[in-house]
Amino acid sequence: MSLAELICPAGTPAALRTAVDAGADAVYCGFQDATNARNFPGLNFTPDELAASVAYAHERGTKVLLALNTYPPAGKVDLWREAADTGARLGVDAFIVADMGVADYIARTHPQVRLHLSVQAAASSPEAIRYYCENFSVKRVVLPRILTVPEIRQIRKEIPCEIETFIFGNHGLMVEGRCSLTNYLTGQSTNMDGVCSPASDVDYLREPDGSMCSQLAGFTIDRFGPEEKAGYPTICKGRYTAPHRPDGYYAFEEPVSLNLSRLLPELIDAGVHAFKIEGRQRSKSYVRGVVCAFREAVDDIRAGRQPNMANLIALTEGQKQTQGAFETKKWR
Amino acid sequence: MAVNDMTKLTLGPIAYHWSADDRRDFYARIADECPVDEVYLGEVICSKRAPFHEADLPATIDRLERAGKRVILSTLAEVMLKRERKATEDLAAMDAPEIEINNAAGLFARGQRPHRIGPFMNAYNEATIRWMAAKGATHVCLPSEMPASAIAIAAQAARDLGLGVEVQVFGRASLAVSARCYHARAHGRTKDNCQFVCETDPDGMPLRTRDDRPILRVNGIQTMSESYLDLLPETPQLVADGISHLRLMPQAVDMVAVAQTFRNALEQREPLAKADTRLAALCGDAGLSNGFYHGEAGYRRISMKATA
Repeated sequence: MSLAELICPAGTPAALRTAVDAGADAVYCGFQDATNARNFPGLNFTPDELAASVAYAHERGTKVLLALNTYPPAGKVDLWREAADTGARLGVDAFIVADMGVADYIARTHPQVRLHLSVQAAASSPEAIRYYCENFSVKRVVLPRILTVPEIRQIRKEIPCEIETFIFGNHGLMVEGRCSLTNYLTGQSTNMDGVCSPASDVDYLREPDGSMCSQLAGFTIDRFGPEEKAGYPTICKGRYTAPHRPDGYYAFEEPVSLNLSRLLPELIDAGVHAFKIEGRQRSKSYVRGVVCAFREAVDDIRAGRQPNMANLIALTEGQKQTQGAFETKKWR
Repeated sequence: MAVNDMTKLTLGPIAYHWSADDRRDFYARIADECPVDEVYLGEVICSKRAPFHEADLPATIDRLERAGKRVILSTLAEVMLKRERKATEDLAAMDAPEIEINNAAGLFARGQRPHRIGPFMNAYNEATIRWMAAKGATHVCLPSEMPASAIAIAAQAARDLGLGVEVQVFGRASLAVSARCYHARAHGRTKDNCQFVCETDPDGMPLRTRDDRPILRVNGIQTMSESYLDLLPETPQLVADGISHLRLMPQAVDMVAVAQTFRNALEQREPLAKADTRLAALCGDAGLSNGFYHGEAGYRRISMKATA
């Protein structure tokens, strides 16, 4: 059985301490710039904050993983290199990378620090994963959220590195690291700037009939009736019309959360080494609740006990949830 | 500037599920009439479509090569299933024609043997391009969302390494790929029982906002820009920055006329503004955009005056 490490989000130093205290085996975080894929206002760490956070985590036996998982545009590569140098100096336990140039730099300059392949690298086959393992000595791959459990089990047999999968949180629909939807509407790039459907471009407009329009950069991403709760205008979770769908439908996916808690035992059995909880943008109380619940479940499974699924399922109570691609190919 | 006979015009792979007959007709006309230098062939988006047209590939390659075009085979952008892994491996094993790789699985299979880097490979910067060149890349197509400033630096790096460097200048931009088929979803089906409904939309399935504004196009697992990229007014700058290849993506418009318009622009046979007006007319209702190049929202069209 794998160790089934729990990898928890740390959007701020306070959230990091919360996740550590709640029993995270590792936390992941980023700097306050384009070098990571959650470059949101008010999130992330200064180098000083990261130094203090690494100390806090290490004193309690928790690892710190630094996300450098965006793609530097030509001319700005130094920002990513400096971030890697800073992370190495501060003693982070691994870098999470996607860009080959960044991976190559770290593999050559900081060979003592583990490299994890970000979901942003979109490595979804044994061959793609082995490319990164053989060239950059990648020790772990974060799998795209598009594979079924049997497929994950098969990949595990064919690769020389550990597997991390998402288990809870936002349900990413597009192959990460290959999505320019936000840049198309807003001029800010997910890959190059770490930005996705940015809050600065969001508007909610009340219409005369009481309905609500949620917009991104002036584009209506969805419209909600007076009784409906208006959702955040994430492009891939909006409602649009198509020739066969004149009434407006979720063209890509409904605004659901990923909750794989029911599949946890099966995923551990398939050889998944680490489970990632999404949500660096979430509150401390959210992080505490989710991490505590999963800590208990993982410990139960590792001790051969039946985990208390009700606690995990309750985390998304009142919200729509999905097992996404993991459960069945019909998702596709 | 002297008449440009150095910059190559290329025709990218057909992104849509055009029927075998339509493809045959299309490439016959490209071979006979179209002033492009290089043509990329192969199914890049959906492995389920490949059986419909792969039997025609040898004849198409032959036809294009006899017409003096260089042919390159493009690999799948998404490699997950057994048949996708096999298709990628088979292409990577070929000695000729050249191949363009769109997934790291292809890089793995190809090893150090020469290959081109496709637009799905995320070659955003000089460090990555240097890495790829050291691994056998001879040519790199930059992601279409890159702004001019980054394109210039990446192009310089590629040229210094002796690589060809390519930018898409016409046609819908690929904005995203997914494991899920959105064409099938729109028709209440899944990818496994899609019944190839994407064939009914030779220029993609339009999505509109609920206040009826065109926004995106669906092409199977791919999401594309509603507007066609049009960097015709920017061609002099692209050439000056060292871009060696300009890519036209096939759309359901008169691609021979589109290519001729770009050729004329490269050879300075008519003013850019006039050529661009003609291009817009060729594209009918499709909007044109160049926002990515100018560091703005991709759907925007920055006017010639503003770029002068």
